[in-house]
Amino acid sequence: MELVLFFILAIIAVGAAINMVVQKHPIHSALSLIVVMGTLSLFYVMLHAEFLAVVQVIVYAGAIMVLFVFVIMLLNPHAAEHTTRYGTILKFGGVPLGLLLLAEIVVVVQRSVGAARPASALAGTTEAVGRLLFTEYLIPFEFISVVILVAILGAVVLTKREL
Amino acid sequence: MSDLTVFLINTTIKSIVVIGAMLGAVAYSTWLERKLVAHLQVRWGPHRVGWHGLLQPIADGLKFIFKEDIIPTEASKFIYILAPTIAFIPALLSISVIPFGSLGFFGSHAVRFQITDLNIGLLFIFAVTSLGVYGVALGGWASNNKYSLMGALRSSAQMISYELSLGLSVVSVLLVAGTLSLEKIVELQSGTWFGFIPKWNIFVLPLFISFFTYFVSAIAETNRVPFDLPEAESELVAGFHTEYSSMKFALFFLAEYANMLTVSALATTLFFGGWHGPAFGPLWLQGLLPLFWFLAKVFAFMFFYIWTRGTLPRFRYDQLMAFGWKFLMPLAIANVILTSFVVAWKG
Repeated sequence: MELVLFFILAIIAVGAAINMVVQKHPIHSALSLIVVMGTLSLFYVMLHAEFLAVVQVIVYAGAIMVLFVFVIMLLNPHAAEHTTRYGTILKFGGVPLGLLLLAEIVVVVQRSVGAARPASALAGTTEAVGRLLFTEYLIPFEFISVVILVAILGAVVLTKREL
Repeated sequence: MSDLTVFLINTTIKSIVVIGAMLGAVAYSTWLERKLVAHLQVRWGPHRVGWHGLLQPIADGLKFIFKEDIIPTEASKFIYILAPTIAFIPALLSISVIPFGSLGFFGSHAVRFQITDLNIGLLFIFAVTSLGVYGVALGGWASNNKYSLMGALRSSAQMISYELSLGLSVVSVLLVAGTLSLEKIVELQSGTWFGFIPKWNIFVLPLFISFFTYFVSAIAETNRVPFDLPEAESELVAGFHTEYSSMKFALFFLAEYANMLTVSALATTLFFGGWHGPAFGPLWLQGLLPLFWFLAKVFAFMFFYIWTRGTLPRFRYDQLMAFGWKFLMPLAIANVILTSFVVAWKG
C-alpha cells in the first residue's frame, strides 16, 4: 500500500519536475514547481514527519511560490522569452553538471541504503523538531535567523533608497 | 469488520455529512447576507422565492448552472478553468480538522464530531488556506483582462501581507495551549472561573489582543469589506472574477463564503471555547447541544461579518497595506512577546 502510494507520488513529482523545465511559459513552470512541492510534502507525511510536511506547504507552496507567481504576473512576460547570451555555455556546461549531480545522488542513495531510519516515532513531530531546534541546534538556528534578518533589511534598503 | 474498514466507512460518512452541511451553510450564508444587508439598509431583500426568500439560494444555484459558460478567446484556457477549483478546494478542505462537538452516541457507538484530529491541526489549516490565494491570483491572471489582473495582484499582495499577522496572532494561543491539536485546544477551554465566566481563551488578557489581530486579518484574508480591494467594484468592475461566468463564477463565490465559515469556525475554536456551553437534559440532548453552541457561535461571527459589510466603507489600497504592515503586524509580534512573558511568569 505504502509502496504503491510512493511510486504514484514519485511519478507525479518527477513528471512535474520535467514539466517545469520543458514548459515555455514561466507561469506553467511555476505551477509545476508547486506540484513538486506538494508531492514532496506528501512524502514527508509518509515518513511520519507531519510537521515538516505542513511547513513545506506553508513556506514553499504557500509563501515563496506565491511570490514567484506574483512577480511573474506583475512582469507578465510572454511565452519563450528566455533567450540568454549564455545559451551555448549552458548547453555544454549543463550536461556535465547534470551528470555530476546524478552521480552525487547515486552515491548518497548507496550510502543510505540499509542505514538506520530515525528510530523514534516522534522524530518528525512538532515537539521533537522544536526541542532539537532549541537545544542541540540552537546556535545554527539563531545564526540563520540573523542571516534572514539581514536579508530583510537588505531588501528594505535596496527598495527604499531614502527612508 | 476490520479497523480499517470501520475507519474508512466512518470517515466517508463524516466527510459527506460535513461537506453537505458546509455547502448548505454556504448557500444560506448568501441568503443571510442579502437579507441582513437589506434590512441594515431598510430594504426587504429577497422576498419572492419562498417564504421571506428562503428558496432564493436554490434559485440562484439553478441560475448559475444554466448560464452560458464563457471563456475569453485570449485567456490562458487551462489555468482559467483550473483557478476556480484551486480556490474552492482549500476552502472545503480546511473544515476537516475543526471539532464541531463533543462525543455523540449512536446506540452504543461513540462518534466524534470532527472528521479527523490531526496533532498538527492548526498548522494544517494554515497550510491549506495559504493555497487559496492561487485560485484568486491565477484566475485574475488567466482571464487576460486588466481589471482582473489588477484585482489578482491586489489580492495576492493583500493575502501575503495579512497572512503574517494571522499566523502571528495564533502563536499566542499556541503558547498558552501548548498543542496544535484543535481538539485539545477546545478541551483546555472547558470549565469556568469563579463559577460564571467561561474559561474561554478570549477572556485571557493577552489572547484578547490576539483575537483582535486574528479577526481583523481574517477579514482581510477572506477579502471582505472593509478590505475587499481585490473586487472593489467601483474601481475594478468585479476584480479577479470579472471574466468568469456560470459555475466557475459560482465556485469563486462559494469559496469566499466557505472561507468565511472556516475563519469563523476557527475563531470559535481558538478563542470562544469551541463547542463548550451549558449541556443539560437527556443524553441525546447533551450530545447535540455542543453542536448547537458551536453553530450558534459561528453564526454570531457570520453576523458580525455581514454587519461590518453593511457599516464600514472600503479602505484605500495604501491605507490597507500601511495598516497591515505598520500596525497589525507589530501589534501581533508585541502580543507574542507579551504572551511569552505571561506564560513564563505563570510557569
